[in-house]
Amino acid sequence: MSRKVTRRKFMAGTAAGVALTTLKFPAPAIAQGAPFKLGLLTVKTGPLAQGGIQMEQGVLTWLKEHDNEMAGRKVEFFSADTGGKPAGTKTKAQELIERDKVDVILGPLAAFELLAITDYIREHKTPTLSLAGADDLTQRSPNPYFLRPSATSSQAMQPMGHYAATEMGLKKAITIDYDFAFGYEQQGGFQAAFEKDGGCVANKLWAPLGTPDYTPYLAQMADCDVLCQGFAGSGPLAFMKQYANYGLKHQVVTGETGGDDALLHAFGDEAVGMISCCPYTLDLKTDGNQHFVKAIMKDFNVVPGFYAAGLYVNCDVVEGGLKGAGGSTEDKEKFMAALKAVKLPDSPRGPISFDHLGNIVGNFYVRRCEKMANAPYGLKLWNKTIKTYENVSQFWTWPEKEFLSHPVYSRNYPPLKKC
Amino acid sequence: MTFWLLLTINSITFGGLLFLLAAGFSLIFGLMRIPNLTHGSLFMLGAYFGATFVGGLLGTVFNFWLAALMAAVLVAAFGALIERLLLRRLPGQPLAQVLVTLGISFIVADFCLMVWGGDPIAVATPESLIGIVRYGTLAFPLYRIAVIGIAAVVAAGLWLLLDRTRLGAMIRAGVDDPDMARVVGIRVSQLFTVVFSLGAGIAAFAGVIGGPILSVYPGLDQYMLPLALVVVILGGSGSLVGSIVGSLVIGFIYNFGQALLPELAYFVLFLPMLLVLLLRPQGLFGRFVP
Repeated sequence: MSRKVTRRKFMAGTAAGVALTTLKFPAPAIAQGAPFKLGLLTVKTGPLAQGGIQMEQGVLTWLKEHDNEMAGRKVEFFSADTGGKPAGTKTKAQELIERDKVDVILGPLAAFELLAITDYIREHKTPTLSLAGADDLTQRSPNPYFLRPSATSSQAMQPMGHYAATEMGLKKAITIDYDFAFGYEQQGGFQAAFEKDGGCVANKLWAPLGTPDYTPYLAQMADCDVLCQGFAGSGPLAFMKQYANYGLKHQVVTGETGGDDALLHAFGDEAVGMISCCPYTLDLKTDGNQHFVKAIMKDFNVVPGFYAAGLYVNCDVVEGGLKGAGGSTEDKEKFMAALKAVKLPDSPRGPISFDHLGNIVGNFYVRRCEKMANAPYGLKLWNKTIKTYENVSQFWTWPEKEFLSHPVYSRNYPPLKKC
Repeated sequence: MTFWLLLTINSITFGGLLFLLAAGFSLIFGLMRIPNLTHGSLFMLGAYFGATFVGGLLGTVFNFWLAALMAAVLVAAFGALIERLLLRRLPGQPLAQVLVTLGISFIVADFCLMVWGGDPIAVATPESLIGIVRYGTLAFPLYRIAVIGIAAVVAAGLWLLLDRTRLGAMIRAGVDDPDMARVVGIRVSQLFTVVFSLGAGIAAFAGVIGGPILSVYPGLDQYMLPLALVVVILGGSGSLVGSIVGSLVIGFIYNFGQALLPELAYFVLFLPMLLVLLLRPQGLFGRFVP
């Protein structure tokens, strides 16, 4: 008996196969029971790894606490390492959306990464919750599928500028930051608020991202009351150490990355006296926060900072949105609307809600770094909250229309005035 | 006035650190004719080891200088392993060898991330060198000035090695003409292991010395490697004088370039390298064209 596959048999087989695929199998009504696919774009290698690793830890802590379930659905979690590069971010986003078919994306970490994929997520209508600053994504070019439960790049620096001018009575500032979007937007926010309340920014210095030695910039820091730095990752540590080594004694103020509580264990005496304004503070004594800190200490033995807390809150928001949309993400618009409607009264960062552009409205905490002999978690330094600004939006105290009529904060905006 | 003085002094101190980083690179490039792309990672690995020893390992806090030497020895041993087990299997294939060093640099970087985590680590300045030197309105950290001294000591040591010992003579012969050196009976392959190991050890030592200034963090390797490359291309490979001059020149360009032309910071740094490659490819004091 011939075992050869004759052409006739082959054609018959193929025809049968094709016919089968066109049959409509009854779609099982298991949408509610189908796993909820959660994707994370983070950075686990390279200089941004410090925050990226904590981002993943924040999500894993949340999932562990909630038995890997969100609104009654099992969660399938996909974590991707973008390497901190926009090209990598795009590749990983494509993998998550097209291969893994995730329902929601958390992350990416950096503003330039988010800007690289904003059109892509808009095209694919994938709800994305990110910590990335990129102001305009909730301002002048809002992306309807983007939600930001953390802060815009300038959101924390605006109250910082206000506090420095009004409560600290500082008049002349020099700013220094990395030479990229996050840096420009941070310092733009600081400058706008500081100058609005009577201060003046004498000079704005820009260091290449990741430069190892800050001396060329420290040499230019003469004659000012306050230095505003906005470094991220390992930058704040190296910068403050070098700053102190040169005997510079100006008051230093910073934002959420420069004052990240996760760096407390690495800082030395050089950080004492530094004032930071952050959307999250470790010393917040609410149930919501203490609960979160205990959980992440238990799971990973790390003191959480802005990145871990941010992602934990993101998960709370996603669950809130999922509940609001009745457990289904089929209708993307309905899910986005439910996400934007989420209000959490006791998140680890305090009460939060969203404005109509998808950006957070919440508390911002001004803290001073102090030496503390028996600080919790074995630390020797502690960021003590000295003022809380409530219901802070991305526009600070400016009316939305007026704020949006100005160009986005950039290297040259706001322009420098003579001081 | 303070501005110019401060930057000038830092140019020399940063140059000193660059010399420590680049000396090993120059030796390896000179003798083995391959740019060792693992060099930045070895610098970083040494820095991490140093940070751990200085910070306290298993309850023992090591003296800074001892920690630096221990880190150097550890990484030198690692370098010898790389050379013997990997590079030696690719004789006469410089491209393959370079790619292997690149691959190892990624592995080392990931290893460091796994062991020491993503957070930056501060390295405590040695007790005897804490302090600020003041002159009028100028304030300069004592430790950075000490780095000039350390670099000078290492430079002197290397010069003695290369100029006054048999090993040094063999290395110089190998740099000048490896084939003739073999004909004369010098075991150039064995020299490769010695030199790679020595280069790695000096890089690790540089990492620890740089620790109190730069701290240690993921990504440090990627910032330091291009600087080593620029110094060696500019100064010329296989030449001690070239490394010294190259380090100083790059030290000046780094400081003044970033301060005066911040938008062109890295362009200004690599422009001299470009010019040298176009006009005098062997570098200022190089023994051969790479």
